[in-house]
Amino acid sequence: MHKPGMVSIWFLIGMLLTVYGFIITAAGIYQYFVPPAAPPVLASLHAGIWWGLVILALGCFYCRRFQPRKTK
Amino acid sequence: MADRLVPLSSVDIVIVVLYFAMVIGIGLYLKRYTNTGEDFFLAGRSMTAWVAGLSFVAANLGALELMGWASAAYQYAILATHWYWVGAIPAMLFLGIVMMPFYYISKTHSVPGYLRLRYGEGARAVSAITFAFMTVLMSGINMFSMALVMKVVLGWDINFSIWVSSLTVAAYVFLGGLLSAILNEVLQFFLIWLGALLIPILGLIETGGWGGMVARIHQNFPGQDYTHLWRTLGSFSDNPMGIHWTGIVLGLGWVISFGYWTTDFLVVQRVLSANSLNAARMAPIIGSGFKMLVPFIVILPGLLALAVLPERLVAESAAVQGSHSYNEVLPLMLARYAGPGLLGLGVTALIAGFMSGMAGNVSAFATVWTYDIYRALIRKNAGDPHYLAMGRWCTLLGVLVSIGTAYLVMQFKSIMDYVQALFSFFIAPLFGTVLLGMLWKRATAAGGVWGLVAGTLSSVGMWAWVKVNPSALSIIALSSNAKDMAENMYRGLWSWIICVVVTVAVSLATKPKPDAELTGLVYGCTEVPSEKGVPLTRRPVFWAALACAVFVLLNVIFW
Repeated sequence: MHKPGMVSIWFLIGMLLTVYGFIITAAGIYQYFVPPAAPPVLASLHAGIWWGLVILALGCFYCRRFQPRKTK
Repeated sequence: MADRLVPLSSVDIVIVVLYFAMVIGIGLYLKRYTNTGEDFFLAGRSMTAWVAGLSFVAANLGALELMGWASAAYQYAILATHWYWVGAIPAMLFLGIVMMPFYYISKTHSVPGYLRLRYGEGARAVSAITFAFMTVLMSGINMFSMALVMKVVLGWDINFSIWVSSLTVAAYVFLGGLLSAILNEVLQFFLIWLGALLIPILGLIETGGWGGMVARIHQNFPGQDYTHLWRTLGSFSDNPMGIHWTGIVLGLGWVISFGYWTTDFLVVQRVLSANSLNAARMAPIIGSGFKMLVPFIVILPGLLALAVLPERLVAESAAVQGSHSYNEVLPLMLARYAGPGLLGLGVTALIAGFMSGMAGNVSAFATVWTYDIYRALIRKNAGDPHYLAMGRWCTLLGVLVSIGTAYLVMQFKSIMDYVQALFSFFIAPLFGTVLLGMLWKRATAAGGVWGLVAGTLSSVGMWAWVKVNPSALSIIALSSNAKDMAENMYRGLWSWIICVVVTVAVSLATKPKPDAELTGLVYGCTEVPSEKGVPLTRRPVFWAALACAVFVLLNVIFW
């Protein structure tokens, strides 16, 4: 899939997911303390926090596994 | 600005903007690696099986899949799942195991290119022109669907949405060609799953699991069976789609599905980009594994909507101020469960799906136009840089034509029914032509052309006949109860049969090519590399058998 010197697509995906995971988790934590005026159904489950953490973990895994210096 | 379903917070907007920046950034980054026609049109034939396989599924996971099939699930219930299982899996496995060696070994750039090698210029011209026509129409449908989501969820003006989204796709495909389209599709595949998976998870929590959901559906819609795949298909009148099991198995499972997954260049192009024959054979098999899971993020939300939404959704044509149409079911479910942050991710998933579908159409259109129409019919002997430039510019041309098509699509009452009609016009007969070409060395050039033309014209003719005289439906679809989708299935089946019969008849009356000219193109004249000595877990046939077993199991569970 790669040409010489090309960054792995998996690394780019990992980067975006890491950023997304961080933003969504942070937003979830904020909503935990400051609930929105019109909360969604099942807001008590705080899906933003745990789903954000899942995305963050996935992103970190891809970033580490496919970081450029390890890509042949 | 139009009315919006939900207000997006600043966090959501940041997530959407980051996505747009990322796809454009990938296009810019990959431009330096796209220097030849092979790079631009076939991604340098350098994709691994996983990348090609995910791209193979993601290119199909466009607007129509996400919006259209969630909408179809609301209308036709679990029957819509047939388009993912019996309507996809056998065909994807057949592509990987049986057909891919001929496509790959022949080194063709496209499906029409294969037809030129097998049947000559006539079959290629018919196939290329119909494919180009269908592709820009499909691309227009994708654009319209994307604009609809942006209107409903974000409150964006539909015209603004069409232009912003389409120009973004045009930019990254223009810059990096198929390489950019494929790598963005892999990214989009992740976003689609992560953005959409939360809806069924939270929906099942709300309804108390599958049993709770079924009970609520029966309570809300008494008298109909919404949750069995096959049990209601014994009669045309026992299911909401008005279809018989013969239509599903022969029309969808055989003709439409095999036609789409094995001959539609939009998806086949992704597999042709693989870096080896083994990778090319594994890619559709890997894709089939993910394809079997897609109903959990597309069909299940439609079913959950039947269970939990307090309002009854209506057809697009019947929607009035304050009511919502079937096509809005997925955004409605997203708005129901997703708070700030997650909503942005969900919207990004929808946009990513739409872009992957549109980019698939645009990149396939650029290839077929450049290689099979422009180079074959207009300018035969230019150099590679000329065709590379042509590919880039006709990416823009394809987008502009698609934008025009998007406005045309707005006039149609049901997005998916329209698409299926197109498939039965062009894809079903093409499958007959390609299949006979690969498996029957006696098929001749004249047989291929006339079979394809007869199948296509007969399909259009049957469609027009029912439009002019609705009572003809009971002849074409075997029942006057048949809905549009059922009619499309049967029309596809008849047009395929007509194509095959005409191809065989004309072939038997004309002189065949000598075997030497069919090497690498036809079964019996092509030596496929042996898998002897290859470990079992690296053999495509092993993974295909496993996928087949899971497919059977799923159908039994939801029988």
